[in-house]
Amino acid sequence: MSIVVTGKVWKFGDNINTDYMAPSFAAEAPWEDRKKSILHIHKIFTEEAQPGDVIVAGKNFGCGSSRETAPTNLKRLGIGCVVAESFGRIFFRNCISVALPVLAIKGVVDIFEEGEILELDFNHSLVRNLSTGKEMKGNPLTQDLINIVQSGGILAMLKLESIKSGHTS
Amino acid sequence: MGLTMVEKILARASQRDTVSPNDFVTADLDVVMGHDLSFYAAYRAMTNNGFEYVWDPEKIVVIIDHFVPAMNVRSARVHQQIREWVKKQNIKNFYDCGVGICHQVLPEAGHALPGRLIVAGDSHTTTYGAFGAASCGIGVSDLAWSMAKGSLWFMVPETIRFNLTGKLAQGVSAKDIVLKIAGDYTAEVAQYKAIEFSGPAAKALSMDGRMTISNMGVEIGAKFAFFEVDEKTIEFLNRRGSEKVEFFGPDPDATFANTYQVDVSNLEPQIACPHNVDNVKPVSEIGEVYVNQAFLGSCTNARMEDLERAAAILKGKRVHPETRLIVIPASRKIYQKAADSGLLQIFLDAGAMLGTTGCGPCGGSHLGILAPGETAISTTNRNFKGRMGSPESFVYLGSPETIAASAIEGKIADPRRYL
Repeated sequence: MSIVVTGKVWKFGDNINTDYMAPSFAAEAPWEDRKKSILHIHKIFTEEAQPGDVIVAGKNFGCGSSRETAPTNLKRLGIGCVVAESFGRIFFRNCISVALPVLAIKGVVDIFEEGEILELDFNHSLVRNLSTGKEMKGNPLTQDLINIVQSGGILAMLKLESIKSGHTS
Repeated sequence: MGLTMVEKILARASQRDTVSPNDFVTADLDVVMGHDLSFYAAYRAMTNNGFEYVWDPEKIVVIIDHFVPAMNVRSARVHQQIREWVKKQNIKNFYDCGVGICHQVLPEAGHALPGRLIVAGDSHTTTYGAFGAASCGIGVSDLAWSMAKGSLWFMVPETIRFNLTGKLAQGVSAKDIVLKIAGDYTAEVAQYKAIEFSGPAAKALSMDGRMTISNMGVEIGAKFAFFEVDEKTIEFLNRRGSEKVEFFGPDPDATFANTYQVDVSNLEPQIACPHNVDNVKPVSEIGEVYVNQAFLGSCTNARMEDLERAAAILKGKRVHPETRLIVIPASRKIYQKAADSGLLQIFLDAGAMLGTTGCGPCGGSHLGILAPGETAISTTNRNFKGRMGSPESFVYLGSPETIAASAIEGKIADPRRYL
């Protein structure tokens, strides 16, 4: 079964770093305040993003620190997927690890406007703009990476490993 | 067909004769490191998912360097918990508050050795590429997996090469080279790729300088950022007790996806302007930028050579009355050397504040925080909006020499005037 995500698009530019998704100045704030700090460089997003929305971004999305709170904050906001021109590699890997569907596609920012509806077919590296009918294919992901996301992330797989190997705690 | 450095290491670690870019491999890890942020979260993730013990306590390194010393009850609790856990796990390679920053301590303690595959819960883990190790940052879930299993999946990256030629001018150093590369080739020139820095100007760099450049490798997208192992690497490691270190580099017929030529001869001091690391200008084009704070520290630029270069400029001078200078050596060993050689006295005489060895203000979560509207010049690695405090503050990055000159003048200044 392929993972398909549909949602309303929020658009971001180039070089959106992980500090912006999990800023240190809000690290110890309660969630209700902290969630307003996520991607604080886009003021309307912080006020109006809804669970089920998705992100379309430019180059190098998620550059910077290895903080996994970047993708987990997006997940906790209910962001369904991130499609970008390209990704910072640790962020990309962390998205796979925490089972947040991601896809890199050159030119994707040109076929989406903010507020349009995106559909991502994760397993087939395909995005469609349901508002305009345009579609694009991204770099295919290897089956190994798709499996991690489909298993619910690397920690869900670790739990299975522990059961298989008889570890308990 | 010949292999690059990362291909050799990933082939060896995955028990294959050879690997090629884009191969998916499961590789055995030689060292797994976590600090007070990442180890804490990863340990909980590991034990919550069925693994009570790490796979091999000898191969785990734990360090407390981010919130040092603890600044509130929460960070004190985290440190307390970590101390209990490393005892329970029998992890001997534990470095508590005050030993230094992970990316300085691992090389000093002999964990970062040529040919090793090292992962850690910190993005600047690329630093150990300066010693010919394949080292990269990972998130806490991957760290939990690595601590439990001792192996991890990798896509074999392509390798690109930066061939450094020419000779650096006085007052210009390693940081300027890597900022110049970021400015000219963008923050994602090495995205998903391994870098090998080669050429006569790479060989001419000290180990401290090479570590600065490998450290910043992640800021231009790199997964790994290597220098070849040469006499200098071997001498550095031998002096710290690692024996039988061998030369290590790519095969002569290795395949590089791209080679970039960088002549460092006419390089001037470089500044990364807010709010991206690749927004780089030479110091001569900066104009009047007043600075409230100057920071000489972090895993990028707080080694002996960095302190010496900054002290040479600050000697006999005073920090500008409207600027604060914070100096934090990268490890206790460096602190001691700086004390013995009189550098700390020079900083104190100039009016600097000396902080506990650790990450300090770099990440905006431990002291030295910037207020709204304030500007800092810093030897650190990131100038993202809000990185060192308020999202309404401004961070410029530069070399230790540039930070020293700027602290004296109270605005971003060209260090070559002081030589």
